[in-house]
Amino acid sequence: MQTDPSKMTAPAKPPIWNDPVYRGIFFQILVLGAVVLFGLYIFDNTTANLERQGIASGFGFMETTAGFGIITHLIEYSEESSYGRAFLVGLFNTLLVSFIGIVLATFLGLFIGIARLSSNWLIAKMATIYIEVIRNIPLLLQIFFWYFAVLRSVPAPRNSVELADTFFLNNRGLYSPAPIFESGFSAIPIALLIAIVAVILLARWARKRQEATGQPFHTVYVSTAIIIGLPLLAALATGMPLSWEYPELKGFNFVGGLVMIPEFVALLLALAIYTAAFIAEIVRAGIQSVSHGQTEAAYSLGVKPGVTLRLVILPQALRVIIPPLTSQYLNLAKNSSLAAAIAYPDLVSVFAGTVLNQTGQAVEVIAITMAVYLTLSLTISLFMNWYNSKMALVER
Amino acid sequence: MNDTTQRYAPGEHPDMPPPVTAVGAVGWMRQNLFSSPLNVALTLIGLYLLWLLVPPVIDWAFLNADWFGTEREACTSGGACWVFINMRMDQFMYGFYPAEQRWRVDIAFLIFAACIAWLLIPRLPGKNKVGIFALFIYPIIAFFLLSGGSFGLEHVETPKWGGLMLTLVIAVVGIVASLPIGVVLALGRRSQMPIVRSICVTFIEFWRGVPLITVLFMASVMFPLFMPEGVNFDKLLRALIGVMLFSSAYMAEVIRGGLQAIPKGQYEAAEALGLGYWRMMYLIILPQALKMVIPGIVNTFIGLFKDTTLVLIIGLFDFLGIVQAAATDPKWLGYSVEGYVFCAFVYWCFCFGMSRYSIHLENKLHTGHKR
Repeated sequence: MQTDPSKMTAPAKPPIWNDPVYRGIFFQILVLGAVVLFGLYIFDNTTANLERQGIASGFGFMETTAGFGIITHLIEYSEESSYGRAFLVGLFNTLLVSFIGIVLATFLGLFIGIARLSSNWLIAKMATIYIEVIRNIPLLLQIFFWYFAVLRSVPAPRNSVELADTFFLNNRGLYSPAPIFESGFSAIPIALLIAIVAVILLARWARKRQEATGQPFHTVYVSTAIIIGLPLLAALATGMPLSWEYPELKGFNFVGGLVMIPEFVALLLALAIYTAAFIAEIVRAGIQSVSHGQTEAAYSLGVKPGVTLRLVILPQALRVIIPPLTSQYLNLAKNSSLAAAIAYPDLVSVFAGTVLNQTGQAVEVIAITMAVYLTLSLTISLFMNWYNSKMALVER
Repeated sequence: MNDTTQRYAPGEHPDMPPPVTAVGAVGWMRQNLFSSPLNVALTLIGLYLLWLLVPPVIDWAFLNADWFGTEREACTSGGACWVFINMRMDQFMYGFYPAEQRWRVDIAFLIFAACIAWLLIPRLPGKNKVGIFALFIYPIIAFFLLSGGSFGLEHVETPKWGGLMLTLVIAVVGIVASLPIGVVLALGRRSQMPIVRSICVTFIEFWRGVPLITVLFMASVMFPLFMPEGVNFDKLLRALIGVMLFSSAYMAEVIRGGLQAIPKGQYEAAEALGLGYWRMMYLIILPQALKMVIPGIVNTFIGLFKDTTLVLIIGLFDFLGIVQAAATDPKWLGYSVEGYVFCAFVYWCFCFGMSRYSIHLENKLHTGHKR
């Protein structure tokens, strides 16, 4: 038996294979090694396979002529354009449908979310049914439904469904008047820009004044007046430089106006209706998360209902609403890739579909497509983290 | 003598019935439907909408519908033509699986249903054993049953799989495989080791950042390139791997939520007892964390179940794919709405059932963790 006091006091050093530090290093080297080896193996196989199949590599193909048409494009595009151009067309189409989809879904979701909390039993139940039905049916099925079952069965151009002689719905798409910007129109957006800057400055000044003197200022009314009034003044001053081109039935189809192709309409409807169901639940949860005591406290302080909503309930509800809402926006943008199923020319359909089939350069094409979506997701995540840190409750 | 003006001593007034307008159906309606001018207007608008929507739908789907027959010609009444669904039912369920072999699919799903029922009914004993059977042994049995090729069963190639069966196979494989991978990834993401952590974070964020459809495209065109020459792998397997990678990233985030919700004291207590990392996780942390996130796991499963429809874009005939194919069949052209409605109904039943279960679980589990 050892009784040497010097050996008792000195803590026994664990053997090196039991030391957490060395174990950690060893384990990490092992994992890293495995990942690197796996990557090398795949890289090796891929290069060998590409060589054997005679597929070129590199991003040179982006300059080559695409040679296929795209039914709807926001930027100049023809069959002589390059693959790079086709990529941009697809990207812009994705962004377009995502943006409009997000706006529509937000309004519809907000509306249904509030309806679900309505004191009116019928309205609340109808909103609940909407949510429960829509969000439990796959989005792709809904896209198919709108595209194949609804929009395919609308009449031909001659018997279009029309609304006030300005909007026409037929199996070629949804026609609406197109704005024509005449000379001098640029004054209106400039006026709008000035108005927005003015409103921001005004809001800052009003907040400072209220903090310093306690005097509130009617920022909302004045801002509305400025935002509407200034562009209106500009329009009047330049003599209304905006006219509308109405779609007209000529021969078998409509000419002129703005046309939204059925693929776009179907995708947009499905995305907006589907996402709205989720947004409605988020809005409901957000509003319910603010305890009723907050409202009662505000009322007992003599704050008016409208002001209570704006200054007490909404700021707290938004803290709960915004994070899941952004992730829904992100989902909508990612779900817009389902366009490939009905051949709306979005990024996936044009680039990962047609371009990939034509060039065969799977690795590059898929990598670019994924990179686009990843950039989008990471940007939104970064924004979210920034927002969360800004909005997080500052606790004592 | 006048009863109505009878005077009572203070405190001796008998209880009067509440006014008719405050109780019963009338009271309920006054309170819930017509409480203010705005609510009256809303109720009327709601009723009008219902009147616009409901009668035509009921008329189309039930009153005016054709239910029996074997031919397109049986549909004469102008309503829904459920004959189409009737005639194609086998295909919708099994795809192109040979008719005389379909009992194998039935058995595989009966066992699966039995396992699930056993796990869901609280009274039944031996949940652990059934769970282990369902997670580890059942997949092997199901594989041999469905694919065949041994034990005297005829081999059925995966291109013949389809319909609801394929949807369930993809969803179940996706969820069963993503659970263990998700646990490992979640642990890795919370690990102290920087290299392990960054590998896990990259993996999770990568798969969560891209849409499933690009993952499936990648699986279908790039996976064959990754394999050495001569290795050929099945389209279904490729899709399954894609779905697995995708869902494991989502699962990892759900499980991480559970891990983060475990108080630090639990870790410290486990370490104080002298448990190593793996035993601490296996015995103390994971049982609590996983139990907490069961609703989240069910929700992920619902999402995955709906997302399995995307495999039709890479050419697999899942439930929606086969309905879509049947609707474009010249023999039954024009009945796509019936197909979609039936398809939506089936998906809805599955998803709604699961979401109800998840809500039920949330309520059940909530009490234990309230502080």
